[in-house]
Amino acid sequence: MNNVILLAISAILVNNFVLSQFLGICPFLGVSKKIETALGMGGAVIFVMTISSCITRAIYDLFLYPYGLDYLNTIVFILIIASLVQFVETVLKKFIPSLYRSLGIYLPLITTNCAVLGAALLNIDKNYNVLYSTLYGLFSGVGFTLALVLFAGVREKLEYSDIPESLKGLPISLIAASLVSMAFLGFKGLFGI
Amino acid sequence: MKAIETLKNGIIKENPVFRLVLGTCPTLAVTTSARNGIGMGLAATAVLVGSNLVISLLRKIIPDKVRIPAYITIISGFVTIIQMLLKAYLPELDKELGIYIPLIVVNCIILARAEMFANKNNAFLSILDGIGMGIGFTFALLIMGSVRELLGAGTWFGITVTKNLFDPALIMILPPGGFLVFGIIMGLINKFSSMKLSKEKNCASCPLPCGAVGEAKGDEV
Repeated sequence: MNNVILLAISAILVNNFVLSQFLGICPFLGVSKKIETALGMGGAVIFVMTISSCITRAIYDLFLYPYGLDYLNTIVFILIIASLVQFVETVLKKFIPSLYRSLGIYLPLITTNCAVLGAALLNIDKNYNVLYSTLYGLFSGVGFTLALVLFAGVREKLEYSDIPESLKGLPISLIAASLVSMAFLGFKGLFGI
Repeated sequence: MKAIETLKNGIIKENPVFRLVLGTCPTLAVTTSARNGIGMGLAATAVLVGSNLVISLLRKIIPDKVRIPAYITIISGFVTIIQMLLKAYLPELDKELGIYIPLIVVNCIILARAEMFANKNNAFLSILDGIGMGIGFTFALLIMGSVRELLGAGTWFGITVTKNLFDPALIMILPPGGFLVFGIIMGLINKFSSMKLSKEKNCASCPLPCGAVGEAKGDEV
């Protein structure tokens, strides 16, 4: 149990995917203009990342590693993620249309979200078992959502500020992201992680 | 003439990082030193040239509906080759770049060039486009890496430069420094160039079906 709590704190706060590992910067900058869209994207990422972490780790343990095929990791993982996203989209559309309406438009984006593939690869690097991998995917997704929503809040305020012409748009967002990331740096060393 | 134009295009006019704002993840993540920046840039260039070549040769064979999965498979094939080569010949660099090497698969630059250039042009021009874009990417990573290494560690390519000038600020090689340097460089480019970055080009230049940021503005190629 203790380990699970440590894993959660590490993935959500200390080694936050976006703010300290730079995974998933594209959606972080692209979909963080409003808190609602940030929450929608975050929900879709948590959903896909949890399932994909579980499946990729299971396939690695069952097929790739025993047959010495681990050099095919990247190809297999990206294809699993792409087909999983497609599958989730179809299932949601058919059975839970209300959830599909809120997450639908974000799902195609997730295939090329490096956070999802990153989580799958990190699970192999860190040698987590299937249960831990699933949890790591879940917590990393929560961390991603937290960063996205916090940053969306900052960005909504930026809209009303007087910003020099040449810093408008992306440059000021990046500088703001730097400050948010600095805040997360404060978690370093928490509980000795 | 068109060949030189294509080659030059990616280096300055359509620099993938500072102009098209593609591939931001590796730009921020691996530029803690100039050496890492160059290593990442060259690895991505190799993948880009290979995938552009193959995709342009297969552009009439791949059916339109499955082109994105087909591209991803081709790209990940090349990434795996590069990863194995790096592991064999430059194990140190491989260790430092870590998971960012396999993550070249989802680097938007490569998919964007496949979609915007390689599937419309012949193999020769596609190779040139790959080289040009690759050099532009490497150049951008080198600038980012140099600034961060210089300010954060006081060295450049491992050689101490700022011994008595100032104390290096460690924050520059930590994550916040990455965002800060990228933002400031982009602001400076906006300031000193006539061609302004449109406000949110970020996802807009990505070819994927992205409903979240409004309709994608196609870049003229």
